Amino acid sequence: MFEELSNGDSFIRHLDPRVKIVVVFLFSIVVATARQFQVLTTALVLGVFIVLMTQIPFMELGRRLIPVNLLIVFLWLFLPFTFKGEPLFFMGPLAVTREGVLYAAGISVKSNAMMLMLIALAASTPIFTLGHALRALGIPPKIVHLFFFTYRYIHVMHREYVRLKNSMKMRGFIPGNSLHTYKTLAYMVGMLLIRSLDRAQRVYNAMLCRGFNGNLYSLSKFSLNRKDIVSLALMIAVILALGVLEWKKTI
Amino acid sequence: MEKNNLIIHIKDICFSYAGSSPVLDKLNLKLNSGDRFGLMGPNGSGKTTLFHVIMGLLKPTSGSIEIYNRPARTEKDFRKIRRKIGLLFQDADDQLFSPTVLEDVAFGPLNLGKSQDEAVEIAINTLKFLGLAGFEDRITYKLSGGEKKLVSLATVLAMQPEVLLMDEPTSGLDDKTKAILKRVLSDLDLTYILISHEIEFLTEITDSIYTMSSGRIHFDQKVQVHQHVHAHPHGAYAHQHE
Repeated sequence: MFEELSNGDSFIRHLDPRVKIVVVFLFSIVVATARQFQVLTTALVLGVFIVLMTQIPFMELGRRLIPVNLLIVFLWLFLPFTFKGEPLFFMGPLAVTREGVLYAAGISVKSNAMMLMLIALAASTPIFTLGHALRALGIPPKIVHLFFFTYRYIHVMHREYVRLKNSMKMRGFIPGNSLHTYKTLAYMVGMLLIRSLDRAQRVYNAMLCRGFNGNLYSLSKFSLNRKDIVSLALMIAVILALGVLEWKKTI
Repeated sequence: MEKNNLIIHIKDICFSYAGSSPVLDKLNLKLNSGDRFGLMGPNGSGKTTLFHVIMGLLKPTSGSIEIYNRPARTEKDFRKIRRKIGLLFQDADDQLFSPTVLEDVAFGPLNLGKSQDEAVEIAINTLKFLGLAGFEDRITYKLSGGEKKLVSLATVLAMQPEVLLMDEPTSGLDDKTKAILKRVLSDLDLTYILISHEIEFLTEITDSIYTMSSGRIHFDQKVQVHQHVHAHPHGAYAHQHE
């Protein structure tokens, strides 16, 4: 599902995960608030450059960019027509405004730049290292546990779902637009919910049996080396530069 | 091991799930140190419920539990008990929740207050003992069914329990994994109760087998095992007996 991908020995893979998280976080803040096209396109180029460094196969990269861009397609369907401003051209009775197009373009560049950075982070860091790194950065343990458990049990849930789906297929269920279909699907979702609740109870019991007292201990240790510090400094400088560029133009 | 040292003493325990007939009905049980017994019984006869009552996961409606000669009633009592008694769950997916095998096996020892280095050492040794050396960094959900079961056993054994409660440990296992399980259980000097439907497995690694039905264990009806002779139509080596 959301496996780390780059098995290659990319530079980014060996960076301290904490550095990666901090960089992606700061980058996202600056890019999300930026409005200047110059800043946004620079950010996009930076994103592309970094994703290329992780050596993710292009097919996979495309697949991961699809969901966010589907959303963007919808924005393009509405924003240019609904934004008030100077009309560029008319499509029948509807006016396409300059501001609307710019706004939609801004969002497109923004989200893709941020997505690329996130993909680079997720693809180059094993999920559990990511969790431990979040913990090391001072994220509350409850959130980190939630993250771990989601990751661990989403597979179990998925398997359960596939099992239910197959058993329905075996008995000749063909989904269609009928009350029977909706009812069956509702049963399935309900069953999944109940099963996951039961599962949660059993997992908790199993943890109690092994002396769980509310603490999860991490076995990972992180250490910053020179490469990490240099990368961190460089990336922060670039992000700051983006921020300054944005700030100077808007005032 | 010294016998006749009472570990678990259950007197007249009753338990029923909300809105249904009693699952445990005045059940009595004495487990002495060194006992190794098997428990058989139809589905729904309360075997798993009994284990959960012993571990304090379910509260009996009446009756008393004494473990190590001390009454066990509150969650606090059971917290101490869980350090000495390990429960191997029926479904390994319930037991393994950490991302990696090493973290999962080290979870128990860490809860017992071991240092990180000690916990890792215990985990590695336990895995080695179960023939799982090199599994440390494997992702738990990607293990095969047999591997999951053995890793679950490792997570329980890493807590160095004195008593082991095993809930159908062999279900869904192939012969090879069963053989590992047999070897491990006979090598360890543990007291245990084993729930299983496999009479052959039970006779090999337990000293006595009892049945459970209508909410009680029938200690007066020890299961007797007798051997059958069967022919090998395909010659002497058609299959091998261990």
